[in-house]
Amino acid sequence: MTGQPLCIGFIPLVDAAALIVAVDKGFAAAEGLDVTLVREVSWSNVRDKLNIGLFDAAHLLAPVAIASSLGLGHVKVPIVAPFNLGLNGNAITVSPALHVAIMGEISGDPFDPMATALALARVVAARRKSGAEPLTFGMTFPFSTHNYQLRFWMAAGGVDPDEDVRLVVLPPPYMVDSLANGHVDAFCVGAPWNSVAVDLGVGHILHFVSDVLVRAAEKVLAVRQSWSEKNPAVLAALIRAHFRAAEFIEDPQNRAEAARILAQPERIGVDADVILRTLDGRLKISPDGTMRESNRYLLVGREGAARPDPVQAAWLYAQMVRWGQASISPEALDVAKAVFRPDLYDAALGLKEGARNGSSDAIGAFAGPPFDDTDIAGHLAAFTIGRRKP
Amino acid sequence: MGVETSPKIVIVDESPIRAAILVEGLREAGFTGVTHISEMHNLLARIYALDPDVILIDLENPSRDVLEQMFQVSRAVRRPIAMFVDQSDSASIQASVDAGVSAYIVDGLKKERIKPILDLCISRFNAFSKLQDELERTKSALEDRKVIDRAKGIVMKLKGLTEDEAYVLLRSTAMREKKKIGEIAQSIVTASELLK
Repeated sequence: MTGQPLCIGFIPLVDAAALIVAVDKGFAAAEGLDVTLVREVSWSNVRDKLNIGLFDAAHLLAPVAIASSLGLGHVKVPIVAPFNLGLNGNAITVSPALHVAIMGEISGDPFDPMATALALARVVAARRKSGAEPLTFGMTFPFSTHNYQLRFWMAAGGVDPDEDVRLVVLPPPYMVDSLANGHVDAFCVGAPWNSVAVDLGVGHILHFVSDVLVRAAEKVLAVRQSWSEKNPAVLAALIRAHFRAAEFIEDPQNRAEAARILAQPERIGVDADVILRTLDGRLKISPDGTMRESNRYLLVGREGAARPDPVQAAWLYAQMVRWGQASISPEALDVAKAVFRPDLYDAALGLKEGARNGSSDAIGAFAGPPFDDTDIAGHLAAFTIGRRKP
Repeated sequence: MGVETSPKIVIVDESPIRAAILVEGLREAGFTGVTHISEMHNLLARIYALDPDVILIDLENPSRDVLEQMFQVSRAVRRPIAMFVDQSDSASIQASVDAGVSAYIVDGLKKERIKPILDLCISRFNAFSKLQDELERTKSALEDRKVIDRAKGIVMKLKGLTEDEAYVLLRSTAMREKKKIGEIAQSIVTASELLK
């Protein structure tokens, strides 16, 4: 029996787990889908190949799905995200030298992002005084959670990400080398790259992104809106396959097997043990072997993580407005929120309408007022640093 | 920029052979200001120093995401960059993505002037991948021949056949089973190793 052929693009990162396990563990085949996975080297490629139809679906940065639907930075192609591949999963890693500098200035708990952000502000001020080059931070894409998470964190401590430091895009596989060579002083990236830097002794994990935001939509399963309208049954089958895969991964008994599947050379291609640590939220954060555990490091399906939450889309749009990538308008906000489609998720899984994703503050940011997705301008007014378009 | 001057073109490609083919093609077509960047470190700084009108990058290059930063408004970006292909031009995106190249164009350069550059790059990229395919095919044909020779030897020894008879047997088996002769030869070699 041959199934419905589908071509799906992904970037080798641990948060592609539900997609890869759905295919390699047979959940997609059980739904009558014959999926070919294509490993890509850049988000630009994933976006373009999805946009022009070379891919039927893709593992995509949530902000890229929104930017594409709004026509920001590239051709406008409406995208829908019927499945959230993960919440959180990123970390901020700093060089040993910057780690020493921050710890030298810190007052308070080093896991408190406000304490580290204030310490960073003092390090930045001291460097300016001494005439040193500004610090350089690596992130993965202009429309990326990593970009917004770094900015949100440092701005809360008074560091202007556009004036006081340099933010540069680096492909994830180049992050570790760039930190080792001193081309960047820190980076924000997803798994496994933070752990790779720590294992090589060239970085310290300063924060899990869950320190900065309790719930942050990260990657989504993305399809063209037009495709979703033409292929509703196929899409529903794809959502179910992902749901089963996420359930499989979240069962601690299956973690080792999931890590082995993901570690294959043609999938993520790194040591299975590093992937297992990521899935377990048990990370080595310092070259001296210090471990840190968190049950919020990467959520693949638990706590309703897989159900797309339009509030998350609104928060990402608000960051685009705050940093001058998008103009503010109620129409654009509506477009952004409509990218995340809990209705498609509920329908595929036979859930009742009106299921909720979680708490009243869906984001849980460490600084600023609780996020209000109905009043972006009012929310952003609480933050002094920003690049709002006039 | 005057109409007569040749636009400044930067090619970002880690494959020196393909880059050479591109540079040569562009020069032949009268585009004289072509620079090739093969070193990805500090890519943006290198590009800003050259201040090109057009940037071409191969799609196998992870540094493509670095170029996307040029769309952003920031102090580092002096001239706005736009993608050549606009909303109405999906055929151009399709053709260039299929060929494996992407173009970034500095705002202000006329679309008519870009089209021949992109078309030339697409055809050169396609020609390059055709060359690579041929090379791969030649390589695998050579591999096949080696395997077929070994399989022939095995069949000759086991069945007491001449070389020609052994080859005819392999070929007829391949035709009957609708497989390539190389595949049949490989299974004979594998089987004989297993039964050693």
